[in-house]
Amino acid sequence: MSINEIQDEIIEEFDFFDDWMERYEYIIDLGKKLPLIDDSMKTEERLIKGCQSQVWLHAAQEDGKINFTADSDAVITKGIIALLVRVLSGQPAKEIAESELYFIDKIGLKEHLSLTRSNGLVSMVKQMKRYGIALSSQD
Amino acid sequence: MTINNINTIPKKTDFEKIRADFPLLQRDMNGKPIVFLDSGASSQKPQQVIDAMNDYYAHQHANVHRGVYQLSQEATDAFEKGRRIAQQFINAPSEKEVLFVRGTTEGINLVASSYGRKFLKEGDEVLISAMEHHSNIVPWQMACEQAGANLKVIPINDAGELVMEEFDKLLNEKTKIVAVNHVSNALGTINPIEEIIEKAHAIGVPVLVDGAQSIPHMNVDVQALDVDFYTFSGHKVFGPTGIGILYGKEKWLNAMPPYHGGGEMIETVTFEKTTYNELPHKFEAGTPDIAGVVGLGAALEYVQAIGHEAIQLHEHELLEYATQELQQIEGIRIIGTAKNKASVISFLLDGTHPYDVGTILDKLGIAVRTGHHCTQPLMNRFGIPGTVRASLAFYNNTEDIDRLVEGVKRAKRMLL
Ligand SMILES: Cc1ncc(COP(=O)(O)O)c(C=O)c1O
Repeated sequence: MSINEIQDEIIEEFDFFDDWMERYEYIIDLGKKLPLIDDSMKTEERLIKGCQSQVWLHAAQEDGKINFTADSDAVITKGIIALLVRVLSGQPAKEIAESELYFIDKIGLKEHLSLTRSNGLVSMVKQMKRYGIALSSQD
Repeated sequence: MTINNINTIPKKTDFEKIRADFPLLQRDMNGKPIVFLDSGASSQKPQQVIDAMNDYYAHQHANVHRGVYQLSQEATDAFEKGRRIAQQFINAPSEKEVLFVRGTTEGINLVASSYGRKFLKEGDEVLISAMEHHSNIVPWQMACEQAGANLKVIPINDAGELVMEEFDKLLNEKTKIVAVNHVSNALGTINPIEEIIEKAHAIGVPVLVDGAQSIPHMNVDVQALDVDFYTFSGHKVFGPTGIGILYGKEKWLNAMPPYHGGGEMIETVTFEKTTYNELPHKFEAGTPDIAGVVGLGAALEYVQAIGHEAIQLHEHELLEYATQELQQIEGIRIIGTAKNKASVISFLLDGTHPYDVGTILDKLGIAVRTGHHCTQPLMNRFGIPGTVRASLAFYNNTEDIDRLVEGVKRAKRMLL
């Protein structure tokens, strides 16, 4: 599936929720479910420091595609990371570099990707795209 | 409100009526009536302050200390009235010692820079504490770096109190200034500044007190304290942003070089040499925040009219109630359990991150602060990433606390 197809799928899933409580419960669930990153990967150079919560991001390339794994110390941040990884991981570098992440806004989580929240997510998205740019400009 | 007739039993202050003076507290947040528990970051403003500033702009504005015309005189009067109100508020001996600055941060930077340039030499020491806000750390690091001086830190115990025996050891003939906060923004600890000042003075060392978190909650008398520098922010004491006070003893302010250069702070200027204006103007370069001063004056008068005693009593009751109610929740850990505390409660909920708790409280219309509160070294001391902090003001009530407690319980159910 393309980046936008996955985004649309997520938006559709969130349409089932009636209120913020259900949305957040779902995100918290996502956050709790998986240890997204191996603890040995939680190194200083993979750390994106937010003022509020921290994010670790690891990228690995495979045939012009990038696989992301990531983690956070805050569970809501982690749940949103799970969604971001679902959208971007395994996609072609060029698509990642050029992606426009509209789903965050559509599912009512925009505030988590604002600089004032400084939970590390804004920097993480930037970093993901930077990987995309770096890899797609290699060929 | 102001007159206490001794023949009548003093009426209990009606804080619900006072709350109604604050228009912002009547709005919603995320569809729920707002519970504002972040006054430590910045307080809300009563209508009286908003009106005073509007009125100033609508009827009195001109630049100060310059025009010969009536309007400029009126603006100057309004501005200097603000200074007198601030002077009385902290019982400063003279208006000359009351400087307008942008806030606590600028007050500390002014002293660190000007005092530092004059008095700090290589090998000297500046003594701060482990519970300082970044704005009472970084300016001193910069001043120390400039002079080749060293920064020393008074440690704290697990309750979040200064270890005074260590202070005694750290204070020595190399110490050139002590800079500590009166009340910790992250823990609520009220520090024994009287003792600190007395001991520092005994060996001739001046003391700067960061009063950002004390001024909104308690009576401060700079003469009784005999403090050398005391600084605070207007926006935390129900006044506007962008204005604050630095009180400094005349002997120090006279000895210190100016901080900023420009208009207002000069006596004569030639390209060869400039002579400086008298205090307080020597430290007030450029057109000041006149409306801010008017607003600050109105805010301080407002606080004075309620009275510190009533405020302290009300806030103490709320703090006790909040502490007691929060402690009933299993897994709550209060950070900062000093015997002497102002109305700040920092806490952690076992197994959760402050960001997650804060996010859910936000959805419930409850505004708290989460994170390190600009006190990273302090958070490191406790080995925590940050806390959830509820900071109270006199406009808060028990209903606010009940909503907070309910909210934390809800967050716990959702997160664990
Ligand atoms: C103890 C303390 N000092 C200094 C400051 C800085 O104040 P301002 O940002 O108004 O300059 C604050 C504000 O959070 C504070 O709590």
